[in-house]
Amino acid sequence: MIAMAIIIGVAAGVLSGLFGIGGGILLVPALALVLGLDHVEAEATSLLAIIPVAAVGAWRQRSYGNLDVRSGLAIGAFAAVAAVAGVLLVNVLPVELVRYAFAVLMLYVAWRMAVTAIRQLRAEPDPPLPDGQ
Amino acid sequence: MTSPRISQLAILGVATGIFSGLFGVGGGIVLVPLLVLWIGFDERRAAATSLLAIVIAASAGAATQLIYGNVDFVAALTVGVPAVGGVLIGTWLQQRIPVAVVQLLFSGLLVVVAVLVAFE
Repeated sequence: MIAMAIIIGVAAGVLSGLFGIGGGILLVPALALVLGLDHVEAEATSLLAIIPVAAVGAWRQRSYGNLDVRSGLAIGAFAAVAAVAGVLLVNVLPVELVRYAFAVLMLYVAWRMAVTAIRQLRAEPDPPLPDGQ
Repeated sequence: MTSPRISQLAILGVATGIFSGLFGVGGGIVLVPLLVLWIGFDERRAAATSLLAIVIAASAGAATQLIYGNVDFVAALTVGVPAVGGVLIGTWLQQRIPVAVVQLLFSGLLVVVAVLVAFE
């Protein structure tokens, strides 16, 4: 069980570094299903575990020259406040309906991301073929 | 490359916070596509900036949860320490994969999360 949790932890970290996400998508199930925490504890514990992971990732990215410190700090501060509003909205909105709308929106965004990525890949000049091929 | 305007940063932060609070998804899954498609960041810059934003937002969230006593420290260390090792691998790997390929993989991740959100 511990070994499984460690393996999933490493995988969550790799996803975090590769994609710039927290890794909760793997940490929450690992905490709940492997280590036996209840849902609320798993979410809360994942949130704590993510802090050093994201901090180390941001620090590495900074040394690679990719980090916009001003943007990261400002967005994080706004997001911290807005998350409270999001939690409160759960009680007001027809969440089931909004959930499906959000899922559809995410699929659309996935499609847009894929299209721009493929366009970028095609724009990369291919190495010239040798004569006669 | 110039930083986004403060009004844009506010919209990015509010959108990220509301969606993650509302659906329990992580901020990065919302923020990274917004930075790429709206602001025009490449995947590396978007991921880097998202990670710093997550540090701030997750700290605020974790502080609240600590007060409620919902945090299991041993469990946090059990998954958190290996994950710190993993993030070193992930960021290293990301610098060596073309940004467009990372973006393509991210769109696959978005599909997975969309399905998880829809069928939760």
